[in-house]
Amino acid sequence: MGAMLEIKDLTVEVEGKEIIRDLNFNIERGAVHVLFGPNGCGKTTLLMTILGFPNYKVTKGSITFKGVAITDLPINERVKLGMGLSFQHPPEIRGVKLGDMVNIALGRKEEKIDEDVVELAKRLNISLDFLNRDVNLGFSGGEVKRSEILQLLAQSADFIMFDEPDSGVDVENIELIGEVMSELMDRNKIPSKRERAGLIITHSGFIMRYIKADRAHVMLDGRIACTGMPDEITKHIMEDGFEKCVAVCDERGIC
Amino acid sequence: MNKKKIIEQAAERAKTKKAALGEDVDVEKYTTETKNYDALNSLDEFPEEYKQNLLDAGIEPSGKERAGSFLQRDRCVVFSKAKYKGLELMSTTDAMAKYDWLEDYLWKAIPVDMDKYTAEVELAQSHGYFIRSEAGSKVTMPVQACLFITSDKVRQNVHNIIIAEENSELHIITGCSVSHTVSSALHLGISEFYVKKGAKITFTMIHNWGGGIEVRPRSAMVIEDDGVFISNYILMTPVKSLQMYPTAYCVGRNARATFQSIVYASGGTKIDLGSRAVLQGEGSRSEIISRVIATDNAKVIARGDVIGEASNVKGHIECRGLMLSDNAEIDSIPELKATLKDLDLSHEAAVGKIAEEEIQYLMARGLSEDEATSVIIRGFLNVDITGLPDALAKETKRMFDMSLEKVM
Repeated sequence: MGAMLEIKDLTVEVEGKEIIRDLNFNIERGAVHVLFGPNGCGKTTLLMTILGFPNYKVTKGSITFKGVAITDLPINERVKLGMGLSFQHPPEIRGVKLGDMVNIALGRKEEKIDEDVVELAKRLNISLDFLNRDVNLGFSGGEVKRSEILQLLAQSADFIMFDEPDSGVDVENIELIGEVMSELMDRNKIPSKRERAGLIITHSGFIMRYIKADRAHVMLDGRIACTGMPDEITKHIMEDGFEKCVAVCDERGIC
Repeated sequence: MNKKKIIEQAAERAKTKKAALGEDVDVEKYTTETKNYDALNSLDEFPEEYKQNLLDAGIEPSGKERAGSFLQRDRCVVFSKAKYKGLELMSTTDAMAKYDWLEDYLWKAIPVDMDKYTAEVELAQSHGYFIRSEAGSKVTMPVQACLFITSDKVRQNVHNIIIAEENSELHIITGCSVSHTVSSALHLGISEFYVKKGAKITFTMIHNWGGGIEVRPRSAMVIEDDGVFISNYILMTPVKSLQMYPTAYCVGRNARATFQSIVYASGGTKIDLGSRAVLQGEGSRSEIISRVIATDNAKVIARGDVIGEASNVKGHIECRGLMLSDNAEIDSIPELKATLKDLDLSHEAAVGKIAEEEIQYLMARGLSEDEATSVIIRGFLNVDITGLPDALAKETKRMFDMSLEKVM
């Protein structure tokens, strides 16, 4: 059986500038991968490209999801196939409430913020008042993350990408977020029962204390420079920084 | 010389006086000669072919859940009935015959010689409605009034007087509509509102005109101590040309005025729409909110004006415009004027397009591009209406959704 997500020889340009070069990358069904790397190395570009944002131009290579060639599909078609994304900096939309977003993510025409929505929101400590606020308008960093994860909870995608789910989140909520993320990616099931997969970008690695990942990668200058066990990679990054980590990987031939 | 005479003479002198704003309308192109229509025993008797027009203007033909209903067809009042204790509803003509004191309210908030349109209504008036809540009466169920045009080339000149006596409450839904068989007509509407001490009026108006209709309403409100006036204005369908600048005079202490306008301008629509608050009473407040969408070749001027003339007053203007076409135009003009130091006036205005990243965000939650655009437009126009009784707030929301449904 092929991987759930298969990326082959992928080259991506943003505004005429090449950000990702000849990248190869697979994620198996039931697996969670984590992506480390310094700012500007192409992590967010990779996520945006996988979901199909038009500003991220694929100039070479292909993306296949559940056996379907998706390289040219619009965002919503990819979402229909089962993809989801927790945005790092989602836009504010005036007059569209967080509760409306949850209904949209649930795929309902329903306009009321009803019991079902309120119940879901409780999982993330989100109140009815908060559901009635315009989405992302004046949200704190932590509120943005909880709102994003609530929408994903409603969406029930089976391949979820998280772009910096831990930035700006206070200690009180990080555990909660980790718990819901784990559930969304079937981490609470035994390995053979895991169906859903995930890809997490984290700069600090903070969230990894709460989620067990299967593989970790370090991205540098638009390519995957190093891959290994999450604990090992995290340790090297923490001790020596990204560049060193990659150097150590190369030496030991971990990749 | 009696009052009536003086007013008439002032109107005569202003007959050719062009309005300060809006393109000049040739009143003479339209006729005051129209058919007479018989009075109806109930709104149900109104011809079936027009029922949808009524519904589109927020009017409930059954009259259910309404404190009273008023319907004027062209230049004739065909139905008028109040069914709530403490509420009076009749044509202005009948009210003038009934109450001598009413002349003290006529042309008091709006000068008769303001422009040729006010003069025209005085000189060739065709009714209009008189709505009054008695002192202390809380008429929580809305009163509905419909001004309907069914004849081509007609000149509809109404003069409305609305009075909420001390500590009373009045909620009004006004629908202005036109039959699809009418290709051109003129609507002139004078509305004078009097909100007495501690009283409250909410006024929800749906304009449902057509591409051949010229509209020149003239409205003003006089709000006394602790009085509240709330206007919700909805215009979703094309109109040939519309210019209005309703003005609230907050004359009493802690008087409050709120204007919310929601406009979707399409086709060749030309609109010059403003709201003005004159804060003359100590501690009075006003809020002017407008949401304007311009598409096709529509041209919209969105004005807001707050004049602070008393201490501790507070006024805010929020005008937002959304452009959906390169051939449309939005001109947003907020104005503030202060005449003393102890006050707080502010405005914010913004005009823009739909942001790509908002569309993409919604697509990432599963919507198609078209669905996402529609959600954003709906959100943009979605102003939370405060101050209405629950049932009316729901009803207003329903009317808004229905109007939006038609254009999207």
